[in-house]
Amino acid sequence: MSAHEDNHAHEAHDDHGHHHKETFVTKYIFSQDHKMIAKQYLVTGTIMGVIGVLMSLMFRMQIAWPEEPNVLFEALLGKWAPDGVMDADIYLALVTIHGTIMVFFVLTAGLSGTFSNLLIPLQIGARDMASGFLNMISYWLFFLSSVIMIISLFVEAGPAAAGWTIYPPLSALPMAQGGSGMGMTLWLVSMAIFIASSLLGSLNYIVTVINLRTKGMSMTRLPLTIWAFFITAIIGVVSFPVLLSAALLLIMDRSFGTSFFLSDIFIQGEVLHYQGGSPVLFEHLFWFLGHPEVYIVILPAMGLVSEIMASNSRKPIFGYRAMIASILAIAFLSTIVWGHHMFISGMNPFLGSVFTFTTLLIAIPSAVKAFNWITTLWKGNLQMNPAMLFSIGFVSTFITGGLTGIILGDSALDINVHDTYFVVAHFHLVMGISALYGMFAGIYHWFPRMFGRMLNKNLGYIHFWITAVCAYGVFFPMHFIGMAGLPRRYYTNSNFPLFDDLANVNVVITMFALIGGVVQLIYLYNFFSSIFFGKKAPQNPWRSTTLEWTAPVEHIHGNWPGEIPHVHRWAYDYSKPGHDVDFVPQNIPLKEGEEELQH
Amino acid sequence: MTTLLTIIVLIFILVAIWQMVKIFDLAQAKVENSGVATDKDNTINGYLMMGFLAFIYIITIVCFIKWGDLPLLSNSASEHGPGIDNLMIISLVIIFFVQTITQFLLHYFAFKYKGEKGKKALFFADNNKLEFIWTIIPVIVLAGLIIYGLANWINIMGVDDSDDPLVVELYAQQFNWTARYAGDDNTLGKANVRLIDIDRANVLGVDESDPYAEDDVITKELHLPVGKPVLFKMRSQDVLHSAYMPHFRAQMNCVPGMITQFGFTPTVTTEEMRQTPDIVEKVANINKIRAEKSEDLIASGEDALERYEFDYLLLCNKICGKSHYNMQMKIVVETQEEYEAWLKEQKTFKNSLVN
Repeated sequence: MSAHEDNHAHEAHDDHGHHHKETFVTKYIFSQDHKMIAKQYLVTGTIMGVIGVLMSLMFRMQIAWPEEPNVLFEALLGKWAPDGVMDADIYLALVTIHGTIMVFFVLTAGLSGTFSNLLIPLQIGARDMASGFLNMISYWLFFLSSVIMIISLFVEAGPAAAGWTIYPPLSALPMAQGGSGMGMTLWLVSMAIFIASSLLGSLNYIVTVINLRTKGMSMTRLPLTIWAFFITAIIGVVSFPVLLSAALLLIMDRSFGTSFFLSDIFIQGEVLHYQGGSPVLFEHLFWFLGHPEVYIVILPAMGLVSEIMASNSRKPIFGYRAMIASILAIAFLSTIVWGHHMFISGMNPFLGSVFTFTTLLIAIPSAVKAFNWITTLWKGNLQMNPAMLFSIGFVSTFITGGLTGIILGDSALDINVHDTYFVVAHFHLVMGISALYGMFAGIYHWFPRMFGRMLNKNLGYIHFWITAVCAYGVFFPMHFIGMAGLPRRYYTNSNFPLFDDLANVNVVITMFALIGGVVQLIYLYNFFSSIFFGKKAPQNPWRSTTLEWTAPVEHIHGNWPGEIPHVHRWAYDYSKPGHDVDFVPQNIPLKEGEEELQH
Repeated sequence: MTTLLTIIVLIFILVAIWQMVKIFDLAQAKVENSGVATDKDNTINGYLMMGFLAFIYIITIVCFIKWGDLPLLSNSASEHGPGIDNLMIISLVIIFFVQTITQFLLHYFAFKYKGEKGKKALFFADNNKLEFIWTIIPVIVLAGLIIYGLANWINIMGVDDSDDPLVVELYAQQFNWTARYAGDDNTLGKANVRLIDIDRANVLGVDESDPYAEDDVITKELHLPVGKPVLFKMRSQDVLHSAYMPHFRAQMNCVPGMITQFGFTPTVTTEEMRQTPDIVEKVANINKIRAEKSEDLIASGEDALERYEFDYLLLCNKICGKSHYNMQMKIVVETQEEYEAWLKEQKTFKNSLVN
């Protein structure tokens, strides 16, 4: 029972701590409190998100109205948009940085960082993370990497522009592309620091979940959120170091003349000295992280959605054990499917067969999850809070986007849609939009827990419905221009009369994107104004069973005054027969004669 | 100008929404607004869920009618193409079947079971039989898809030497393509970027001392005889490129430092393809669009766009730098005689060198 003793140690420390007066700096900046760190992650992630979305709107406008002057470009891009016409180099840079920011800074750090930090201690009944100090370091490394990434946008020769996958030799040779000079150096430094931050965070989450659960909180009583964060952290620890090694080797190739990824290169009239390396090796290393990364993004969203759906359906999540099993299966499979990004990279076609097999297997646990969510709704008493809408939206886009995975995962079919807009449509729906919905759902649901105030629900409804229509409006037609063979990452399609009949589709897509982007301002207004002027939140606004709602609304160090609640049941006793209320919190002991469900 | 107008319109829409929200909020000020959904919210959003389901179906149908009959989905011009297209169509049918049903269940349940005060949900936590069913059905469907897909894949990627394929090198550099034919001996001369000698016009770094190289033919257009298997050997001199020939359902990356390969047999000549009804319709449509654009261009004092005529294309489909968006080569599929006549006109490597 070392976990229990540990908690007592924390208590002792906290009693002592109350006599100190907190300064502004220790409370809001160098805070070691997991709730404050969660908010820091959220706000930083939001700011990065605004930058990432703004970039996407700019390059969408370029695609819809190629090479037309645009005041927005002139104002925001400066020398990269002479007379308001976007330069081809900066177009690639925008695409690259948009991908990097959205995948890593928003949907990894912003999503996982926020909710793992907020919910792990609160839902397992711990005073704080295992190491508050490491947690603080983790956030500040993330902050530093964000700052470096933003600084890289202002480099003379332009920011990194080799695509978010930064395949060498393009990313390795400054003479191949302006952005591969200082811009790429800063990109690599930023990502190296980001990985360090992510590893510190992940280790902390793993240790906390294993060691600091309150009395009675067995692994099979954990809410699915915690299971998702826990497994996500493990995937992160397994795969992020590989990206770090790839980044380090690339730095060696770029700056110290090694040839890990480069060989036989003739560029700008001269032969370079590189000999014997292989870009395909980089692709392997990159996607060994890159593929698990999409599960690092989507699993926490799945966890949040499972929890929110159960709570708002007033029903237990359907198939709790199957949900855990499918998280584990997805996590395991995610590490052995990376080759499906490389079917046509020149690797042995036999490997293509193997990766097709493992990739399509992932559809099975994913299907189980989707069916279980749908069944959770069946015969429920659905409370249509904004968080619930985003959760339903999550399942919808996850299905739409996930289904096309059986085309892309099939090596024979991938030949013709590889790197076309079909891929863009697929991954944006299944991991971009879905994870974003998961994040929004989480924010709407746990905002009262974070800030002690409620978000305005009507603004939430408007935000959801317009976003939902726009998300489909943007990404659904993209499948079709992809099937027509339109490659992604083209600055303009006007050099191919073959694609002239797709130009109007691109205009439609951009219109939806612009509306969808602008609507996010409603959310931002709601978010920031509610922090200060929102309605005061009650203790348990959604009438949920999990432990975080037993803590007082006002944040205190150590989360609970007095003793930590003990846990007597699983997290999903909603509408349980034999109880008057339709939810029984985890800290309520079993009634006499009541059976704990052997789920 | 259009963009500026668009932005202004969007800003107005935003302001309008903002105002509506304000009014909505003020109107509700007296009603309890705790931030938690009421029965009224549940009802409204339940109906909206059904509306959204209709929206998903409509956008699917519209997309399919407007863009679903893409020539690229049915008119393949290579021997293995129909195999890929059939698999694609089967996959699409499965996808849309599953999509239609699951989206219906999801949104219909959200509508049907919208919350009401005093109602109690069914405590339904587990059912092994149900979960078994929806595990085993995907397993069976996927097993079929995997087997069918892999059969196709092995067929496409396996190069059969007994076919005696025509060997052609595709050479990629920022930002253009070059083709090298193996000549009468059907064997490509050795090559390495270290042997590139621009002054002597040896731009591909072909080994001059290799006797196989003498009869190689280097061209800027790719001509292929119909019905004859071709084996492409891909090289790149600088960064990654991808040789994408969508009409032939063919794609392979070009990787500096290694030779990759992809083989197929073209089955339809360029001329024949231009006559197919789908392509005729597509070209007519494109030319209509181009004519409209030309009118605008002429009005602003610029040249009109050229009329479009169908050609097979080789595109670069791996981000390769600034002009990635314009790295293309024309492919001409023709009869054996036409091909031979064309090839005869081209200089051999030996004769193309500048001494």
